Amino acid sequence: MSAVMITRKVTRKWEKLPGKNTFCCDGRVMMARQKGVFYLTLFLIVGTCSLFFAFECPYLAVHLSPAIPVFAVLLFVFVVAMLLRTSFSDPGVLPRALPEEANFIEMEIEAANGNVMAGQRPPPRIKNVQINNQIVKLKYCYTCKIFRPPRASHCSICDNCVDRFDHHCPWVGNCVGKRNYRYFYLFTLSLSLLTIYIFAFNIVHVVLREYRNIFEHVVSLTPHCTVLEVLVCFFTLWSVVGLTGFHTYLISLNQTTNEDIKGSWSGKNRVQNPYSHKNFIKNCCEVLCGPTYPSVLDRRGVMLEDSTRPTPSDASAASTYKSTNPVSQTTKSSAPLIPNEHTPEEAKPSIGAGTQKSTSSPKEEKPPSPTSPNAVAPAVIKESAH
Amino acid sequence: MSKKKRRKLYIPGLRFHNLQELRHSASLATKVFIQRDYSDGTICKFLTKFPAELDSRIERSLFEETVKTLNCYYAEAEKIGSQSYLEGCLACATAYIIFLCMETRYEKILKKISMYIQEQNEKIYAPRGLLLTDPIERGMRVIEISIFEDSGSTSSSSTGSSPSSATAQ
Repeated sequence: MSAVMITRKVTRKWEKLPGKNTFCCDGRVMMARQKGVFYLTLFLIVGTCSLFFAFECPYLAVHLSPAIPVFAVLLFVFVVAMLLRTSFSDPGVLPRALPEEANFIEMEIEAANGNVMAGQRPPPRIKNVQINNQIVKLKYCYTCKIFRPPRASHCSICDNCVDRFDHHCPWVGNCVGKRNYRYFYLFTLSLSLLTIYIFAFNIVHVVLREYRNIFEHVVSLTPHCTVLEVLVCFFTLWSVVGLTGFHTYLISLNQTTNEDIKGSWSGKNRVQNPYSHKNFIKNCCEVLCGPTYPSVLDRRGVMLEDSTRPTPSDASAASTYKSTNPVSQTTKSSAPLIPNEHTPEEAKPSIGAGTQKSTSSPKEEKPPSPTSPNAVAPAVIKESAH
Repeated sequence: MSKKKRRKLYIPGLRFHNLQELRHSASLATKVFIQRDYSDGTICKFLTKFPAELDSRIERSLFEETVKTLNCYYAEAEKIGSQSYLEGCLACATAYIIFLCMETRYEKILKKISMYIQEQNEKIYAPRGLLLTDPIERGMRVIEISIFEDSGSTSSSSTGSSPSSATAQ
């Protein structure tokens, strides 16, 4: 707040990232824009567990065993940790191509396609690669201006290409991809266990109470909260346990939800999944015990003040590129692109798109329980008008 | 790295002794992008195909050695073995909170890669007017090689090489 100490404002790279994500804690937390359902998930979990700890646990600890609430606490902490890890981490977003890379790819495509007759639709932008004796088609993303790696897909909600894209989950408020799939799976698995646990001990609690009341001729009304917990658990059970089972099936086959829905490896036309090791254990190990991939979005990196692109001469070199290839320019402009509501203008650099990001940065939401202990940002003065 | 081949391919008048000189006195002519090799699946691996633009700038063997070493580093980082299992199990047991204080194996290898690239730039690429960019800065999609020209010459010489860019298929 002291104006004397401010030397210069530090802009972090997350403020200029294109896409429709929201960032919190100075770039440490990354989520989708719509977070309402995520708050509901958190509320249901925390609320139900609070009721359980407040009303059931004292009784069960005394009459059965103190290990019951202890185990419940551990399970609850694990569930919340997994949920927050899934929701707050980068799912494996692929950054958009910088102008030079995009131009290079365009030139390669044009060299491959040859001369397209005027008025004719150019062939679709597809690259074929062979993976384990299987031809896999890599599609070109018009928004990100890259050929998507195998298993990557563009999420229209977050407006990003995500590596090993599984699905966009509104319940966790984020995409599920390469980097956070195992946390998502562990979340659904541990939540299933927690739900079953709470449900079971609610029943035990009710039975024990009613038995005692019958024995002592005391009339009791089963507390309302127990009924509420049973209801929540009952409905959660069917959905979460089913989801866990579905994802266990996908993991055993090394498939993603996206591939399953599209039927990419359904077996017709003799198409097999080239990523599967054909072994249940190996597939599970690869997905759950594989290396922890780093984020390639340098969210907290500091942006250089003069410019993000190296030198002005770079821009001039790029413009000489375009001016010496007039044929390619006209071919590109006359060729109808595959319609995409997010197709940006030709000259709009990725930085320019970041202005929409900077409007969301002052809206710093307080995360429910931050995973990073030092959530207070380092001494970077952020009170700057955008 | 190979001391026996001291014959450097210099363009007359183009001499850069270190990275600093490169950045200050040269102007960027063009960039070449080495694409990913997906033949072994989704692991991080780059094509070792020698691009035509570098034909007059660097020896093929040096370039291939750089890319192969990088591929080895990435393969080591992504290897699924006992070390990755242990790391995964330990992290899972602590609800992944341990990752807030500990550096993962992958991150350690990325640091090694970054140092290797810097070393290669200083020893091999900068003297030839080239600059490697760490793939992590480009989303692990490409190895970007910037080709510099001496400030005196115009950048029109770069366009001569562009139509001959072979498709990396």
